Order: sequence, then C-alpha cells, then structure tokens
Amino acid sequence: MPLRSKILEILQRDARITPTEVAVMVGEDEKKVTELIRHMEKDGIILGYKTIVNPERAMEEKVSCLIEVSVQPERGYGFDKIAERILHFPEVQSVFLVSGGYDLLILIEGKTMRDIANFVIEKLSVLPNVRSTASHFLLKKYKEMGTILVEHTERERIPVSP
Amino acid sequence: MKTQTVPSIVPQKPRVNARVRDLPPSGIRKFFDLVATKPGVISLGVGEPDFVTPWHICEAGIHALEVGRTSYTSNLGLMELREEAAAFYERNYHYQYDPAGEILITVGGSEAIDLVFRSVLERGDEAIVIDPSFVSYAPLVTLAGGEPVRVPTEPERGFVPRRADLERAVTPQTRMLVLNYPNNPTGAALTREQAAAIVDFALGHHLLVVSDELYLQLTYDGEEVSFGAFPELREQLILIHGFSKSWAMTGWRLGIALGPGEFIDAMMKVHQYSIMCAPTLAQYGALEALKHGDEEVERMRKEYDARRRFITHHLNRIGLSCVPPKGAFYIFPSIRSTGMSSEEFATRLLEEENVAVIPGSAFGDAGEGHVRCSYAASLEQIREAVIRIERFVTRNRAADS
Repeated sequence: MPLRSKILEILQRDARITPTEVAVMVGEDEKKVTELIRHMEKDGIILGYKTIVNPERAMEEKVSCLIEVSVQPERGYGFDKIAERILHFPEVQSVFLVSGGYDLLILIEGKTMRDIANFVIEKLSVLPNVRSTASHFLLKKYKEMGTILVEHTERERIPVSP
Repeated sequence: MKTQTVPSIVPQKPRVNARVRDLPPSGIRKFFDLVATKPGVISLGVGEPDFVTPWHICEAGIHALEVGRTSYTSNLGLMELREEAAAFYERNYHYQYDPAGEILITVGGSEAIDLVFRSVLERGDEAIVIDPSFVSYAPLVTLAGGEPVRVPTEPERGFVPRRADLERAVTPQTRMLVLNYPNNPTGAALTREQAAAIVDFALGHHLLVVSDELYLQLTYDGEEVSFGAFPELREQLILIHGFSKSWAMTGWRLGIALGPGEFIDAMMKVHQYSIMCAPTLAQYGALEALKHGDEEVERMRKEYDARRRFITHHLNRIGLSCVPPKGAFYIFPSIRSTGMSSEEFATRLLEEENVAVIPGSAFGDAGEGHVRCSYAASLEQIREAVIRIERFVTRNRAADS
C-alpha cells in the first residue's frame, strides 16, 4: 500500500495523532511524513480536521432535516449550477446528487424547526428549476460518519489472560 | 462386653490426583488475582484482541439462533464448516486436507492441543516444548501422562530454537515437538529457512510436530510461514488453528485441528466422549468468518501493525530493548537493565503506576528477565502505558545510581 494511503488510513481513524506518531506507526522518516501530510493539505486531499460531536450528549439544541429535491437540469450544466446555488447557504451541511425518484439530497441544520421551514419556503423552493421538495426531519442519530452515537455498553475484558 | 472389630480397610478421604495436585499454579493466574484488586488499571496483560468480533460474524450467529440451529452437530463438526476450512487452507496456503476425516472442529485451539497430547502420548513419553511459550503446553503434556522437556530460546536468536539445543533435548522417549509461531509471548515468527531446519530435525527423529498456528494471519514482516507448507512432514504433523485471535472470536471457543486421518480419528474419539461436539452456534459464526472474513482480518492486522511499530519504538527508546516482534500481538522487552526480576518488575509497575504486564517467567524459565506486553489495546491506552512505564523505569534507574 502506498505511504499516502497508510497515512490517510491512520488520520481518518484519529486526526489527533501527531505526524511524529504517524511516522513511527508507518515506519517512515518523520520529516518525510510531515511533508507528505502538508502536501496533502495543500493539494486538497486532506480538507480539514473536525470533531465528531454527539448533539444529544452535548445538549445542543439543533434540528436537522434531510430534503429531497427534484430539479430541472440545465443544458450545458446538468445539475451542477443548481447544486452550487444550494450548497453556499451556510445551513446546508451536505448536498448529494442521487439516482432514483428525485435528484438532490441535502442535509440542513438549524436551531429551530422555524429555521428549517424558512429555508425551505424562502430560499430553496423559490430557486428557479426547483420543481418540488420533500422534507424529512431527523428524529435520532444512531451512527454518523462511521461513529456510533447511541449508548452502547463498553465491552468487558478480563484484565489479564494467557 | 463385645469388642468392636476394626475394619480391615481404613476408608480414606477423597483426594485430588497427584499429577493435578503437583501442577504449579499458572503464573498468570497469580497475577490476575493481584490485578483484580486494582481499579482503573491500564492493562497490556490481555491475550485477546481488543476488537469485538466483526459484526457480520455476530450476525450469522444471531441468524443461526433465530432459525433454531441449536442441536448437536457431527462429532467432527459441521461438514459445511470442515469443507470451508479445507477450502480456506487450499486458497491461502495451498495445502489439502480432507474434510471427511482429516479435520476436527474443537472447543478452541486449547482443546485441540489437549486432544493431541492425550491421543498420542504414552506414560513417560517426552514432548519438547519451546521455552518461553504459551502457558498450557507443559501442564497439558503432564496431565496426559507425558513429560515436557523444555528447550530454552533467547532474544539473541530471535527466540527461535537452535538446532543443537533441539538435538540435545532428544532421548529415546521423545515423541513430539510442540511449536507455536507466531509466538505467544515473544512475538517471534519463523522464516521459511528456520522452519525448514526444524522440519529437517523432526523428520530425522521421527517426531510428531504439533504446530499451534493460531496467530498465523497476524504476521507482519514477511510471509506467513506454516508447517503445512512442507509436504514431506505431512504424515507427522498436526496443525492447530482457531478463530480466537485472527477473527477476534475468543469467547466463541472454536478451534480447528488438521492432520492425518489416523491422528484425527484418535483425537475425535477423546473429543466425542468428553465434549460431543463444538458449540453449534459458534460453528455457524466460524463458517461466516471463513467465507467472508478476510477483509476484517486484514483491517485488524493493519491496525495491530501500526500499534506494534509504535510500542516497539517507544520501549526501545525507554531502554527496554526488544526483539522486534514479527507476529501475534505481543512484545517481549528485556527488563534486565532495571536489575529487577520479571515478577518484581510487573508487580511494582502495577502497584506504582497501575499498568499491568505479564512477568516473562510465567511462560517458562527462559522468559525470566522479560515481561510480556500485549498491544491488543487501544492506541490511547498504549500511549498512556508507555508514559507510565517510562516514568517507572527512569525513577527506578535513578534510585539505583
């Protein structure tokens, strides 16, 4: 496996592991690894480092909503132009083009249900080429970005075994 | 007055069998009791994966329960599982065993080991056991009526036995050679040349080779070397494999023994009277593991590999020199530079820094001067353990000078 993939694999599991530690773990020179990480940051391979928060435990009042959007694609641009108009709204967390019964699937976050309603009514549905929307409010998050958010009991291991 | 007659045979209190009574208690057991009294211990003392069994395997177990697969299987184990095991070995290691009579599904690798000893050893027969090694071999040889003969290995030779030492251990009573590579507790693995030399030795003395290859897939540098790869040894080789380590299935208790029909038959006889068959539910889980588990095994292997490099680097930096481990998930640093015995080191490290490691002496006399650290622990735990070990070692060296 190329060194780059090895580094990415480690950082995707835990972004807080320092370049020094990464170097030890892949068995490579520290300078080389540090440089490679910097390069990947510059080339846009690594886009950022974030913290995964469980909103329920953090007592954050937040409302999330998945919205299916049907749009009229444009000649020469397909879905790109409309997608770009949507993604710049700060409340929009994700935008996907999907196959199936509708075209764009977007995830938005707001403080209250009102925020979401306002977004859909005032910003999204009025965009040219948006034919229809269907909103699904998130009731509970079980797993996000590969991380399980619901309580699960720590596995018990005996502390010493042959 | 009538005198009472004294019965001619004085009834005796029930007693424990002398062989069992005289077995030394496991060094690990002693240490376990000590650790159990300490809350919040960071443990590098665990000989099992810190991963939970991959979900697709658990799911297969749940499904087996749902559809009521709760009865006995054949004594040898599910035919489907034996066929899949044969396919697994052929696919990955290119050797062939007949699922109909050369493969036995057991309750963990441990049972398979016990079965070989009980089926082969006559009273007084000798079995060569590598020192240091997994704690069960020598006691199980003794319980089977045999005599364990330990051949010491040393860090300078990567904990691989020297031919001359093996030769010296042979007597007219020697019947078998018990091997375990990749090794618990040293993390040693064999090169093909080293394995070939051992094969040559075993052939020369007509010894049965019992090769416990539970950690085979957890080999990091170089190729996975299995004794099954030597066709000339086939008629005097029992391979032992299991699901505990590579597939993170310790609690499922499932192992595999592969060997010539004559031996598997004999082992099956003992197995059928004492166990009947391996747990059915676990067998269905194992079936899924063999069919679709390769990716998960590789994922875990990679993660162990990163931690292996991490802990090796830091223990060496601290001045606890280690033979770079090549397999399993153990590292076996020398603690001689501290001037402590391995038991003293482990006990004091636990008392002073709340970190559990296993004294090397628990694995045989040749383990003295070392401790076993398992890196089947999260990176955070290993990182913190290393900080504490460093503090402990520095403090005690400073106190000396």
